[in-house]
Amino acid sequence: MSVLTGKSRKVLKGRLSDIGRCLCDGARLMVGMPNYDTYVAHVRATHPDRPVMTYEEFFRDRQNAKFGGGGKGGFVCC
Amino acid sequence: MSALRMHGPWAVLGIVGALCLAVLATQRGEPVNALWIVVAAISIYLVAYRYYSLYIAEHAMRLDPRRSTPAVRLNNGLDFVPTDRYVLFGHHFAAIAGAGPLVGPVLAAQMGYLPGTLWIIFGVVLAGAVQDFMILFVSMRRDGRSIGELIRSELGPIPGVIALFGTFMIMIIILAVMAMIVVKALTHSPWGTFTVAATIPIAMLMGVYSRYIRPGRIGEVSVIGFILLLLAIVYGQDVAASPTWAPFFDYTGTQLVWALVGYGFVASVLPVWLLLAPRDYLSTFLKIGTIAALALSIFILAPQLHLPAVTKFVDGSGPVWSGGLFPFLFITIACGAVSGFHSLISSGTTPKMIDNETNARFIGYGGMLMESFVAIMALVSAAVLDPGVYFVMNSPAAVIGTTPESASAAVTAMGFAITPETISQVASDVGEASIISRAGGAPTLAVGMAQIISSVFGDRSMMAFWYHFAILFEALFILTAIDAGTRAGRFMLQDLIGLVAPSFRTTSSWVPSIIATALCVTAWGTLLHQGVSDPLGGINTLWPLFGISNQMLAAVALTLATVVLFKMKRQRYAWITILPASWLVLCTLTAGLQKIFSTDVKVGFVAAARQFSDRIASGDTSGPLSAAQMQQIVQNNYINTALTIVFVVVVVSIVGFGINSCIKALRNPDWTAREAADSTIATPAPGE
Repeated sequence: MSVLTGKSRKVLKGRLSDIGRCLCDGARLMVGMPNYDTYVAHVRATHPDRPVMTYEEFFRDRQNAKFGGGGKGGFVCC
Repeated sequence: MSALRMHGPWAVLGIVGALCLAVLATQRGEPVNALWIVVAAISIYLVAYRYYSLYIAEHAMRLDPRRSTPAVRLNNGLDFVPTDRYVLFGHHFAAIAGAGPLVGPVLAAQMGYLPGTLWIIFGVVLAGAVQDFMILFVSMRRDGRSIGELIRSELGPIPGVIALFGTFMIMIIILAVMAMIVVKALTHSPWGTFTVAATIPIAMLMGVYSRYIRPGRIGEVSVIGFILLLLAIVYGQDVAASPTWAPFFDYTGTQLVWALVGYGFVASVLPVWLLLAPRDYLSTFLKIGTIAALALSIFILAPQLHLPAVTKFVDGSGPVWSGGLFPFLFITIACGAVSGFHSLISSGTTPKMIDNETNARFIGYGGMLMESFVAIMALVSAAVLDPGVYFVMNSPAAVIGTTPESASAAVTAMGFAITPETISQVASDVGEASIISRAGGAPTLAVGMAQIISSVFGDRSMMAFWYHFAILFEALFILTAIDAGTRAGRFMLQDLIGLVAPSFRTTSSWVPSIIATALCVTAWGTLLHQGVSDPLGGINTLWPLFGISNQMLAAVALTLATVVLFKMKRQRYAWITILPASWLVLCTLTAGLQKIFSTDVKVGFVAAARQFSDRIASGDTSGPLSAAQMQQIVQNNYINTALTIVFVVVVVSIVGFGINSCIKALRNPDWTAREAADSTIATPAPGE
């Protein structure tokens, strides 16, 4: 790491944390869980009058949406 | 000069791909390195992605980076969310890749590795990836609607119902086939059965943990589950070796059928958080991890292929499945080359999350190329095996008997020399009592993967561990599929019955739910039982049925895409979808008609039924089967005939409706496609 200057080290660190976040988001979306912070930001920005679900409520809502009612989700491919 | 700089590297890549294929096609007699296949596939995928998918995107679809996607327009932070394209790619890939691309290529290896490789590579480029991309596009332009709704709105209500019914039938066959793969892998395998059974309490523990103890901590609970799974594999060996415990996990095929049917019923009515969702975490992460490990191992090890490029079984006389190269190879490898089921995923959650139209290319076309690569790796895993071992594992007991001696004699007579000692040695290497007649792809793939992975990570003594790891990995996502598929099938059935009796549609009321679940489980359970008790090994009858139905769904999806292109007044480019659709219709109709009318008892369902009913009539019980068993076979063959007829009718009618819609669109001077309103956004969205 000593070959890197302070600035490029910072850039590299930023990149790595971006990749890390991307992998983490990707893994969570694979099991049907979108990003909670994005959801909160969206509701706060566009529907300030509506209540924001807690993370636990959000988790249950998405879990049900993926596999539960309506028959829309839950397809598993061959 | 700039054109050379722009296209030169791609031309080189294309030449590399072509050279690799040439090596594969001309090498005879001596083993070929697996990397030739892998490099050929990757180069052709990249060139096709760079040029063909771009051509489709720019000309046929005219993807517009400034046009708002459903995710942007209908953003609710939940299911409609603009999502980073790499994140969405992962989601889409995890949703489309299942057991299909792992099993089909292994079965197709009976004709050698070359025919399968060529079909996987060219099939995906011209058909499979085109289908996924087109349906994703069509759905994305229509608020992320499902394939059924799309067919209803673009082709009409009757084709909509036909397609819904066809999809339900396909679902049933997929569930039966998948369940059969598990049964074949676990029959008289206490080690395998113990580890797979252990996933149920492990998943329930995870479910309770992520619901009540530490809600929503997916990563944490998955790590705990994974460690428990590894312990289950390790201790499974002791269970199998224990004279007290082994009998509790040692079952015949028929017993496992009942266990799976019971499991499917109970699991699909339990709340999702208890069993389905937590096991989905395990199966998804394990699937991605194992695929990555396999890819890495193939690159590091660069194994030699021992299977010949082309075997003598291209004439249709093979023991694993019957029928000639055309059309049956193209039916046997569905997923990995082209899979109709993807049209359900491409019109499911993915189109609702695309942040920018132009990213549909990377996710739709690119995602399918990735699945195709999984199929290539599965083919490589089967082809690194000693061909003798391959045929011992995949030929039905009726052909090779049940002892190492009889199997050795029969397979050596086929032209693939193998000694009884080798057969016993492989069985003991992987920690099983027997490897004979474990058809269905999963066990073969597991032996191949165990060989490859154990050579890279660890030594031969680890083979048994890796074999059971591979079996568990496949069984895990197949069980998830059975559970989720039974649920989805139940909703589809309620929808269909609701057409006649509307009260049946209320999904919250438990009487229709239980009835629909029971009907659904009975339907796939019947097919599963028939496959498992079939003296010719089940795969021979059920896998072609699965392939035909899956490819027919692909033909239906491509027909829809063609109609949409006509309605958009882009019929000039409709050859993009007409070409693969025609090929699929040709293959599936030929295969379907052969399955119905062929006089060869190994191919034709009716011929087989007649043969057995003649034997019953003449009182001939010389074979190993009783009259009652023969009666059962007769009945099974008529059921399969009826199913094939249903599929043929579905595809012919949808194609008919499709052609009709195309002609109407052609006569109409105006644009008639029903896209959601175009609200172009001012600034280009990120991601490009």
